Amino acid sequence: MADKILVLFSHPLLERSRANKALISAYQQHGACTFHDLYEEYPLFDIDIEREQQLLLEHDIIIWHHPLYWYSCPPLLKQWIDMVLTVGWAYGPGGTALKGKKLIQVITSGGSEAVYQQDGNNRYTIQEFLRPFEQTARLCHIQYLPPFVVHGTHRLDQATLLVFRVALGELLDTLHSDDHSAVDWTQYPTMHHFLASRTAL
Amino acid sequence: MSSSFLIQALVFIGAAIVFVPFAKKLGLSSIIGYLLAGIIIGPFGLGFVGENGQDLMHAAEFGVVMMLFLIGLELDPKAFWEMRKSITGLGLSQMLGTTLLLFPIMLTMQWSWQGALAVALAFSMSSTAIVLQTLKEKQLSRSTAGEASFSVLLFQDIAVIPILALLPLLGHINPAAPQTDAHGSLIEGQPAWLQGLSVMLAVGLILLAGRFLVVPFLRYVSKSGLRELLTASSLFVVIGVATLMQVVGLSPALGAFLAGVVLANSEFRHELESNVEPFKGLLLGLFFVSVGSTIDFNQIKNDPVTIALLAALVLTVKFVVLFVIGRFSKMGRDQNLLFSLGLSQIGEFGFVLLSFIGQINIIDPALNAKLMAVVAITMATTPFLLLINDKWILPFIGIPEAADKREADTIDQRNKVILAGFGHFGNTIGRLLRANGIEATIVDNDPDRVELLRSMGFKVYYGDATRLELLKSAGLEEATLLIAAIDSPETNHFLISRVREHFPHLKIMARAKNRYDAYELMDLGVNNVYRETLYTAVHLGVDALVHLGFRKYTANRQGQKFIQFDEKALVKLAAKRHDLKEYILSVKEEIEWEEQLLLNDLNSHNNMNDQSWDSEHVREVIRGEK
Repeated sequence: MADKILVLFSHPLLERSRANKALISAYQQHGACTFHDLYEEYPLFDIDIEREQQLLLEHDIIIWHHPLYWYSCPPLLKQWIDMVLTVGWAYGPGGTALKGKKLIQVITSGGSEAVYQQDGNNRYTIQEFLRPFEQTARLCHIQYLPPFVVHGTHRLDQATLLVFRVALGELLDTLHSDDHSAVDWTQYPTMHHFLASRTAL
Repeated sequence: MSSSFLIQALVFIGAAIVFVPFAKKLGLSSIIGYLLAGIIIGPFGLGFVGENGQDLMHAAEFGVVMMLFLIGLELDPKAFWEMRKSITGLGLSQMLGTTLLLFPIMLTMQWSWQGALAVALAFSMSSTAIVLQTLKEKQLSRSTAGEASFSVLLFQDIAVIPILALLPLLGHINPAAPQTDAHGSLIEGQPAWLQGLSVMLAVGLILLAGRFLVVPFLRYVSKSGLRELLTASSLFVVIGVATLMQVVGLSPALGAFLAGVVLANSEFRHELESNVEPFKGLLLGLFFVSVGSTIDFNQIKNDPVTIALLAALVLTVKFVVLFVIGRFSKMGRDQNLLFSLGLSQIGEFGFVLLSFIGQINIIDPALNAKLMAVVAITMATTPFLLLINDKWILPFIGIPEAADKREADTIDQRNKVILAGFGHFGNTIGRLLRANGIEATIVDNDPDRVELLRSMGFKVYYGDATRLELLKSAGLEEATLLIAAIDSPETNHFLISRVREHFPHLKIMARAKNRYDAYELMDLGVNNVYRETLYTAVHLGVDALVHLGFRKYTANRQGQKFIQFDEKALVKLAAKRHDLKEYILSVKEEIEWEEQLLLNDLNSHNNMNDQSWDSEHVREVIRGEK
């Protein structure tokens, strides 16, 4: 059965972001995606918890798509996590509503991949910075898949962006149509590695 | 109207306005000022008033009637019913205890037992006027002591009626003939069952008329929009009830109290309060002045020892009885002292009963005059006793916890927010507050709207919110916030300037029609000004931006920033406005203001972007392009 994908997109100033404008067109063109623009839905941060939980239940794969601001997500996504993942529903006693769902983060980051290294300026890898999100998913019995990371957005030209956009579309296709229950995700640091392994096949 | 009446009035009022502020300035109760004024103008002082001080006292006693009406207004029937136990319990034990202690003491003075009993009963009365006025001044009406005092006084008020009926049995002459002015009744001499029936009928009439006649009548009058007619109607209600009570031989004060209780739940409560309040204040003041002027210093001069001893004795006995009662009802020590000292005087009913006792010859006139002096002296001691209690006794016993707890109740009973104007604007505020558990006291002057909203369960009071008296009775003194939401800017300004003048520390949030109205409110010293058009217009503007393709979050942030910016500009321009030679802006100047505003908007635009989230901006900085 085909997995249904929910994209929780979170960007406070999309109109000034070339990279994200290019990337999200992938979702809009993909038939099997529910594109949910949080800053457009809740400009006053008044998140409709019931509606959000219902959306989660109706989908199998959840994508948190957001820029990396100060090694974290924009405030509305944090608000979303705080409000929607309630105790007794998503975690804690009886909190198994999201059991068996999968989570992928799609991240845009201004810094290059080189700075996200032990010897780089940021001293930690992007995966290390994403640990709080990974653990959040884990606590909610959600399987955390490798992130889709677009590094160095400040320096990317339009052609490279297009490459990323195509890769993202490819990922959506695979996730939607193929059976990947047998995939051992731990061997892929990012989704680019996963996509590369498929191309190699 | 004779000229001598005017001169009398002039002397009384003149003395009051000289001495009361004087007493207040010294930190004393206003009652001391009134008494002092009475003593000075009385026969012993300057001699401006002679024998007719007594007559004036009878007229001024109506102040007590009005006071009880006002007390009734603050006590709805449910609260009154809850007090029934303390009224009978405290009241009965006070009266029995005092009478039983005083009676044997007075027998030892070689009076007849009839005289001793009659005087003991008269002396067991306390002064409603002095006690309640003092409690109100000290804002202790709703403390434990305040409520207990009120119960005792109310019981005494009721007890006067059987006592007046009983006294003739003690007298030596025909009991039916003598009557006091205050208690001349049409039905006297009728068979007992008929008297009883008419009393019940009268009380029933008050209860029914209060509910089904007075309120529709006031509604009808209020629609005329004439304020003086409402004042007249209020007086009509009080005087009408008092007269009815006299006809059936009941205490007018008691009747007024009942009428007050019945009307306590009506929307006219605050309006009635504010209409009757000035008359009550004035008449009560005159009452205290006349008490001062009737202190017969000649009697005191002739026999100072007996009178002083008697006064001291009565005060002590009453204090002890009250204190023991207070102990039994588990009052805190501070509350008990206030209760016992407060009620230790002999009251105005003491005068009434003594003069009746004199008429029926139970005691001889010379002794009666001395006893009158005793009553007046004890009344004059109360403010001083309470002052001593406040300054020298209470500080040593500390304030127990229980008193603090009561204090909180007092605040709870008053709403902390007063909302003036309940049209579409105020209505929205009221609903929002209510949805969050805040019940504001709402004042509005549209009788139809008041009726409608009350039927929907809102606590809305009818009245003109610019009247300080009305606001005071609505609890302005205890309030922490006034929301001025009246539609007409003129009325709103008038309200605010009056409140600012008399309650400079009260927080005010004001509705403004537009920018120019806001300037004027800021000139009045109001910092929280809300233009009724600004937020709606910005909201529409935000939606327009969204419709034109702006991101919702961005449009909302721009709207918020626009409001902040515009409010800052408002403050800046409000100050600048005074640099102009003329206050009234000409059309040309208005256009200049608008231009300046628009210019400011354009200049501000660059700062309104969210640069930290703007990857283009960050990229340019990193690349060294900026």
